[in-house]
Amino acid sequence: MVGAGAKKTTNGSPEVVKSGSGSSTMLKLKLKLKTKQQELLLRVSILCLVYVLAFITRLFSVLRYESMIHEFDPYFNYRTTLYLTEKGFYEFWNWFDSDSWYPLGRIIGGTLYPGLMVTAAIIYWLLRLLSFAVHIREVCVLTAPFFASNTTIVAYFFGKEIWDSGAGLVAAALIAICPGYISRSVAGSYDNEGVAIFALLFTFYLFVKAVNTGSLAWALASAFGYFYMVSAWGGYVFIINLIPLYVLVLLVTGRYSMRLYVAYNSMYVVGMLLAMQIRFVGFQHVQSGEHMAAMGVFFLMQVFYLLDWVKYLLSDTKLFQAFLRITVTTALAVGAIALGLGTASGYISPWTGRFYSLLDPTYAKDHIPIIASVSEHQPTAWSSFMFDFHILLFLFPAGLYFCFKRLSDATIFIVMYGLTSMYFAGVMVRLILVATPAVCLISAIAVSATIKNLTLVARAKNNNKVAHSGSLKGSTSSSKASSKASLDQSQPFQRNGAIALLLGAFYLLSKYATHCTWVTSEAYSSPSIVLAARGAHGNRVIFDDYREAYFWLRQNTPPDAKVMSWWDYGYQITAMGNRTVIVDNNTWNNTHIATVGRAMSSYEDEAYEIMRSLDVDYVLVVFGGVTGYSSDDINKFLWMVRIGGGVFPIIKEPDYLVNGEYRVDKGAAPKMLNCLMYKLSYYRFGELTTEYGKPPGYDRARGVEIGNKDIKLEYLEEAFTTSNWIVRIYKVKPPNNRW
Amino acid sequence: MEAQLSVRAILLLSLLPLLSLLARSSSVSHDIQIVNAERRIDLTSHIVKVFLTLKVENIGSSPVSDIYLAFPPTQVDHLALVKAAATVGKRKKKSYLPLGVNPTELPDAPNGTKYFSVSLVNPLSAGETLTIEVLYILTHSLEPFPVEISQSESQLVYYHDSAIILSPYDIKKQTTFLKTPSTKLESFTKVEPTNRAGTELKYGPYENQSPHSFSPVIVHFENNNPFAVVEELVREVEISHWGNLQITEHYKLMHAGARHKGVFSRVEYQSKPSFSGVSSFKNLLARLPPGVHSAYYRDEIGNISSSHLRTDPWKSELEIEPRYPLFGGWKSTFIIGYGLPLQDFLFESPDGRRYLNFSFGCPLVETVADKLTIKVVLPEGSKDPSAVVPFPVEQHLETKYSYLDIVGRTVVVLEKRNVVPEHNSPFQVYYTFNQVFMLAEPLMLASVFFFLFVTYVAYLHIDLSIRK
Repeated sequence: MVGAGAKKTTNGSPEVVKSGSGSSTMLKLKLKLKTKQQELLLRVSILCLVYVLAFITRLFSVLRYESMIHEFDPYFNYRTTLYLTEKGFYEFWNWFDSDSWYPLGRIIGGTLYPGLMVTAAIIYWLLRLLSFAVHIREVCVLTAPFFASNTTIVAYFFGKEIWDSGAGLVAAALIAICPGYISRSVAGSYDNEGVAIFALLFTFYLFVKAVNTGSLAWALASAFGYFYMVSAWGGYVFIINLIPLYVLVLLVTGRYSMRLYVAYNSMYVVGMLLAMQIRFVGFQHVQSGEHMAAMGVFFLMQVFYLLDWVKYLLSDTKLFQAFLRITVTTALAVGAIALGLGTASGYISPWTGRFYSLLDPTYAKDHIPIIASVSEHQPTAWSSFMFDFHILLFLFPAGLYFCFKRLSDATIFIVMYGLTSMYFAGVMVRLILVATPAVCLISAIAVSATIKNLTLVARAKNNNKVAHSGSLKGSTSSSKASSKASLDQSQPFQRNGAIALLLGAFYLLSKYATHCTWVTSEAYSSPSIVLAARGAHGNRVIFDDYREAYFWLRQNTPPDAKVMSWWDYGYQITAMGNRTVIVDNNTWNNTHIATVGRAMSSYEDEAYEIMRSLDVDYVLVVFGGVTGYSSDDINKFLWMVRIGGGVFPIIKEPDYLVNGEYRVDKGAAPKMLNCLMYKLSYYRFGELTTEYGKPPGYDRARGVEIGNKDIKLEYLEEAFTTSNWIVRIYKVKPPNNRW
Repeated sequence: MEAQLSVRAILLLSLLPLLSLLARSSSVSHDIQIVNAERRIDLTSHIVKVFLTLKVENIGSSPVSDIYLAFPPTQVDHLALVKAAATVGKRKKKSYLPLGVNPTELPDAPNGTKYFSVSLVNPLSAGETLTIEVLYILTHSLEPFPVEISQSESQLVYYHDSAIILSPYDIKKQTTFLKTPSTKLESFTKVEPTNRAGTELKYGPYENQSPHSFSPVIVHFENNNPFAVVEELVREVEISHWGNLQITEHYKLMHAGARHKGVFSRVEYQSKPSFSGVSSFKNLLARLPPGVHSAYYRDEIGNISSSHLRTDPWKSELEIEPRYPLFGGWKSTFIIGYGLPLQDFLFESPDGRRYLNFSFGCPLVETVADKLTIKVVLPEGSKDPSAVVPFPVEQHLETKYSYLDIVGRTVVVLEKRNVVPEHNSPFQVYYTFNQVFMLAEPLMLASVFFFLFVTYVAYLHIDLSIRK
């Protein structure tokens, strides 16, 4: 792959040669290579290093823990991939999964984006074909780092396309270690985003390339890139809205060209037809409100083309003006009427809640608690921007400045990509991921342009010895200072200043590298299935309770047992416990989830009725009171109440609160102290002393002594509790005999 | 399983009077009589070990070369191993001479009695006496009763046997001792004279019992030892001539004792360990060969962090803890893997063939393996494999494909049911291997890379463009 990349770069644009000529002189002494070859060698070796670096920096979790699948959604992806490799694609495509959403079931083939699973399966089959006896788990674990490595290559070409190959190299290096991307692509994080970011950037790159060249081949390639993206992640909606927006901006700014016409039309038409092949997407491209912008722009392009043609035929400008007015008004009117009719007749579906919540961050909180309850759907805090981007956050505006300074079709694209994705990143914390490539690319432009300017100054032969200091500014404004320095040739101490600024830039970049490594190792490399803590003597203590419980379920319950738990654990129970669950992380049926929420927040006898009606055999709760693990079910409980109450008004949130305060100690609301979730979490917890010097029943996660220590269960019995009490499983008793 | 057992027990009990009647009529050989028989039955673990000392006398006129041992059909199914040895010399110079034991059929065997013949090295001539020591091991012979117990109860089991040794010969004098793990004995059948002292129960001495006499007894006692049964064990031994022997063992473990009933309370299990869940077990010990390296312990869903490996130059011990304590009827599956230095296990025989000398059996201490499969994966290119095992096993060959294999590796598969720790004796697998095959895979890789670069160089020098 790298070799192929190097091949392409040999006959690159003239800028490449120019930028390379600077760095090549160092090697001239030793190697008798032509400048161009030296430059190529350097570039290829840097790219190779970046490629490897991007891969190995994501392996912290494998080294610290083991080669395992992380978190929640990846377990579903792993399970489906396993199914795909065992049963083949046809079975996979037609899979009706009766192990989840009991008693409804789930049509897997029609409700998932198969790109990730198919990718992993193909890699697996390929390796098997080459007689590498790998396990599918290893393939799944390493898929995300592998694609992250590929993304760096794409970033290089993208950077080269919009700026120069220097910016490309910097972009590749920045994106290789950027925490915003690593958070979703560490080894074991086998999720759609892992391949989707690659697909996203690749599609954008190919599209920009198509716009720049006007080549049908590149446009078709970007259509296929788009198809891959659609098959991999729901975030493809971003592409299908950003590209029309970009085209619209080009039209408005008078940058309409045949290149654009060819690129957009072929990409849109072929991409749309290909995307319809994904069952989960189906006819949404022509039926859903979220995709209408692309279609509108498509028709607008045709109108533009028509106008162009008419303008060419009509020599009279006045007549043309009149024609223009009529056509534009008619076109807009027809479009509006079509949209209005489509929406009114229900042919075009309105925007979904998730889409709304992107445009209006408060929407979900008021209307859809299930979306608002997900932690990754929260609005982003400033600290997480800092955490995920570090210096890129400051380089981003500088890069925008450079882009505006050298405006072209390509830079307009990256500016629009950067600005829109930054907005979305601000709305939803997990969309930082989408913004990361844009931020890296734009920052790379800033870094590359600055350093190039600075080195040009530093290598200049004039040594003016006029005493004047002042070019040393704060390192954050280095880009501005440098550009000024390069412009003004007569500035004193110019060379020293440039060197100082260069050093500053390297200091910042090295800080970025250390920050990224630290974040990766500390924050993003935990599998969250296995919890690790430091013991009293500094030794590492491992809490492997989740797997203990899931394995117990797998081995010691009837194969057709139904397990009720909050939806967070659904995927893990089906994948690791191999048992049927009532609800899982797919969250497609709000009523079903609300039923479970209602059962958890009802009294035991009412809950028993609900559980009987759902054929529940076991109830699983997660409890952190013994270990101090804070993301347990008691802390999630208010969301269960809210979601349950959203469908069943009998559940009222104030019943569980005391003066608007959520508590579990003696002062807690009576309904709280007797609801099913409280009982199951704290059953016989009152007999246990968790911390020295504290009364028995002291909850370490919330730091209080629990309010109800004498819990009797009538309809359930404790079936299993893990060694650190993190997972507790209860068996639902069969109904009593009537006689 | 339990149901089947109890049906069998009932059948047996109803058949017994008939059996003893029939016994008198049948005769294997009147040439032999047993002067003195002593039987010690060890019931302390879930593997029942029976030590039988027979003093045999030839009262006939012709030499006898086979001595028969009789077993009721219910015991034969659970019989894992029968070993016999003749005692040579007296008192201090006493030594044991192992004898061959083979199952045989005898004509007019009453009610499905099964026989094993002990082949004597030197036929016993008329009038001579000989002392034979027999060890036989029974598995799954302790029947839990009650069948289901709760967490706070301890486990009680039944043991069925006969107070009088089943034998095709006349026995002049015999005694049977039963050793139970604790003094807690619920009940036992009395066949006078019967004595109980501490953990020992003594039946006998009985005198002048005719052939095929039988007197069923049931002992009901407490046994809280871990009833660890490996339902299926697959051990894969992979030989790499680059210096490593890789062992992968797949276990399906089960607690075969009284089934757990009702609640499992963690708080009680944690706070009252001596009193709650006494029949459960939470760790197991695996005795591995010395020199073990890179050991791992995992299952289908990942690594299990609770294991300890202790190594010293003479032995390695791996202490493993399943993810959860095993109560009666609970199951767990896991995989243990480790590497061993090849030079300790692979040798060259005088005829130029290589052979692997490895230990048969299940490495877990005090465990029964219902089905053991040993797969010896020979290096690619090995020929003429043959296995030498000290006891009868089923054998066949398979082919396995591992990294960079083209023709596949020959796998020698050995299967045996009902394996007890006493089966941990060495076996050998012989094969021929040409050293050149070791280089096949590195050469293959090297050539792939070579051709890759050659193609690239060629590609750079060929201009394929249409336009000039």
